[in-house]
Amino acid sequence: MFNDIAQYFRTDTLPHIWCPGCGIGTITAAIVRAIKTLQLDQNKVIFVSGIGCSSRMPGYLDFNTIHTTHGRALPFATGIKAARPELDVFVIMGDGDSTAIGGNHLIHASRRNIDLTAIVINNSIYGMTGGQTSPLTPHDKRGTTSPFGNLERPFQVLELAKAAGATYGARATAFHNQLLTKLVIDAYNNSGFSLVEAISQCPVSYGRRNKFKTPADMLLWQKEHAYKAGQRIGHEDDFEIGEIFRSEAPEYTKEYDKLRQRLKEVSR
Amino acid sequence: MAMQKFLLTGTGGQGLILAAIMLAEAGIYAGQNVAQSQSYGPEARGGASRAEVIIGDEDIYYPKVERPDFVLTLSQEAYKKYGLHLDEEAILIVDDTQVTEVKPRSKNFYSLPITKAVRAHFGSEQSANVLALGVVASISGYLSMDNVLQSVKHRAPKGTTEQNIKALEIGWKMGLKAGENQENKHCQNEGDES
Amino acid sequence: MSNPKLMQGNEAVAEGALAAGVLFYAGYPITPSTEIAEKMAERLPLVGGSFIQMEDEIGSMAAIIGASLTGLKALTATSGPGFSLMQENLGYAVATEVPCVVVNVQRGGPSTGLPTSPAQADVMQARWGTHGDHPIIAITPSTVQECYLLTVIAFNLSEEYRIPVILLMDEVIGHLREKVVLPDQLTIVNRKGPDVPPGEYLPYENDDSMIPAMANFGDGYRYHVTGLTHNQKGLPTGNPEVTKPFMQRLTQKLNPYLDRIQMVEEVLLEDADLILIAYGCSARSAMEALHIARGRGLKVGLFRPITIWPFPQKQLEKYVGRKFLVVEMNTGQLAGEIERIFGNKAVERLNRIDGELITPKEVLEKIGGLCNV
Repeated sequence: MFNDIAQYFRTDTLPHIWCPGCGIGTITAAIVRAIKTLQLDQNKVIFVSGIGCSSRMPGYLDFNTIHTTHGRALPFATGIKAARPELDVFVIMGDGDSTAIGGNHLIHASRRNIDLTAIVINNSIYGMTGGQTSPLTPHDKRGTTSPFGNLERPFQVLELAKAAGATYGARATAFHNQLLTKLVIDAYNNSGFSLVEAISQCPVSYGRRNKFKTPADMLLWQKEHAYKAGQRIGHEDDFEIGEIFRSEAPEYTKEYDKLRQRLKEVSR
Repeated sequence: MAMQKFLLTGTGGQGLILAAIMLAEAGIYAGQNVAQSQSYGPEARGGASRAEVIIGDEDIYYPKVERPDFVLTLSQEAYKKYGLHLDEEAILIVDDTQVTEVKPRSKNFYSLPITKAVRAHFGSEQSANVLALGVVASISGYLSMDNVLQSVKHRAPKGTTEQNIKALEIGWKMGLKAGENQENKHCQNEGDES
Repeated sequence: MSNPKLMQGNEAVAEGALAAGVLFYAGYPITPSTEIAEKMAERLPLVGGSFIQMEDEIGSMAAIIGASLTGLKALTATSGPGFSLMQENLGYAVATEVPCVVVNVQRGGPSTGLPTSPAQADVMQARWGTHGDHPIIAITPSTVQECYLLTVIAFNLSEEYRIPVILLMDEVIGHLREKVVLPDQLTIVNRKGPDVPPGEYLPYENDDSMIPAMANFGDGYRYHVTGLTHNQKGLPTGNPEVTKPFMQRLTQKLNPYLDRIQMVEEVLLEDADLILIAYGCSARSAMEALHIARGRGLKVGLFRPITIWPFPQKQLEKYVGRKFLVVEMNTGQLAGEIERIFGNKAVERLNRIDGELITPKEVLEKIGGLCNV
């Protein structure tokens, strides 16, 4: 299972810190398989992350990797991409990371339509710090800071990015691993800001507070509630997987380069 | 020439900061040290505005103007704020349309038709700043017309250079004439006293 | 471009940055620093660089660190409220040792304060604004000419010592226009790259120089950067046997180089009974007062710390036994530092916090009261 992608890992950093049953490991493998399929130059791939469980991923990967501050992965990535557009920049964020403290950066990266491949690993909770409520914790569900159930409503993160101007959005889960690889490939191939929501399970900080007995129960939940476009919603927890939206818009670094060329011609 | 300190005052939007920049740059063309600053308020338009220029052949340490040698005032409000408490030797130049209520001043006072002249020549008050610059620079007598012309050409907004050169020439002449009149007046006065 | 030319302080910072080889600017507009962003927006695309207006100062700081990691010299500029937002990632740049220059054109605070008026009240924020023990360099121009030259030096120091450098300006100097002579030749320092193959490269090597070589992202040296305490490979660790030498190197890495970092101007100090200490705009008022006082036979001198952090203590300690008057536009932030060195009996203060530049007259009055004629 692992040998096919071992070359993309800093194997001396393993084992990883994620809990048994966590979905981030399988999601990591799905993302790395996308890079393998795309045959990207390992020296030109950049992984940028924020803070949280999922943001530990780049440390295990053998690329140019940067683990930044909480919520700030996107502006760091924006600086990297704007400085050297030829680099392939992947951004790994958690749900709290990308939609609470980093929410403003998310909508502005979308608006700019800068060519980043961003992946939000959504486990519905702040996992690393023990299970506090995040902006993607579903209504009524429990976290340590919503011990009586979450009063607030969650964001629909893909709708948010779409409304803000992102040009590609897709969703898969830790369970739908091969689909996730395909969607990351499509996201990479979109010239513009692409967001993939990867739904994950956090058995320790979320599951055990919300009536999931085992990690397998959570994976089953992912399987049963996911549907493809056109299918009917049977339950209020159901969610669509696959490509959710796609559109055409000018990409930021290409526009900037056009500006440079235009000014060069004028000065000539 | 030691140090000459100018205060250009009026209303935000009259272009006096630009006039001050041109004045300072003319000082550099004349081989002098300069310091130019302005008091900033939140308003880019309206309100009393103040731009400062120090020109001198010595090092300029404190960059702000405390006791100006020349004060230009293009609005009544600015006159009240900046034109009332001047040294005896300071030269005060006001626009005769905009500044109508003036405390009597025995000497070093010029009330000149600056806005009238721009209106007559250009049909609007655009370039009043550069015409006023011409007046101030020529009355001060510390800079050559060439140096000021050079900075006006360099700093005038695109498409306005010709009009501004014309405005400078008109202002320069207005200043020279006013200076001559005042000197004659002084001579007469001195004659009277002796 | 004529030489000498009339330039505004903020404009001179932008010109200095371009002369230093800056190819990246990220920022958020804020008075009284905005002219720097405007100038960079106009110039960078012409020289093959990039300007980006970010959603806030947090993002601006993040973006310049990202750009710097790819090898570009990167700049941002702000004022008090924005500088507060930058502290988070400023600490990240310190911890990960990523070169960059942050300009803070100080205005009145706290909070929104006096947006269009000068102050020097971010002196301690420049030193300790971000959390945790850390080194920092902050330098304070007093003239427009220095805005140009010290911006180049800020980048040189930043590149040489892998540390963010703060150009601590103020509204007076930022908006002042003066004569600037652009030098024909400038010394430009670029970061030291690795001289070993990727397999042997340690991005946070703890060697005698205390300054590790820095590889650019994308150039074949794949390594990890993290704000977590890290080992020599850059990988996170909490092992005290690793964190101790890392923190020791990080916090002491400027020590061997202080002579090259700490710049001061000393004016008529030899026989001075009273030494004025001032920097930035206040130094202009102090200089004027000093010359008038000398004209009156008073033995007054000026010690101007151009590098304010790390504070040039050694250079000042030579003058132990003299009397000091610290002139600054805050309630005595640097005066406290001088008192730490000489005790508070030797140190007098002249402060102003109403948004108006201290006048030479005020300094003279204070000098008069302190000098026995």
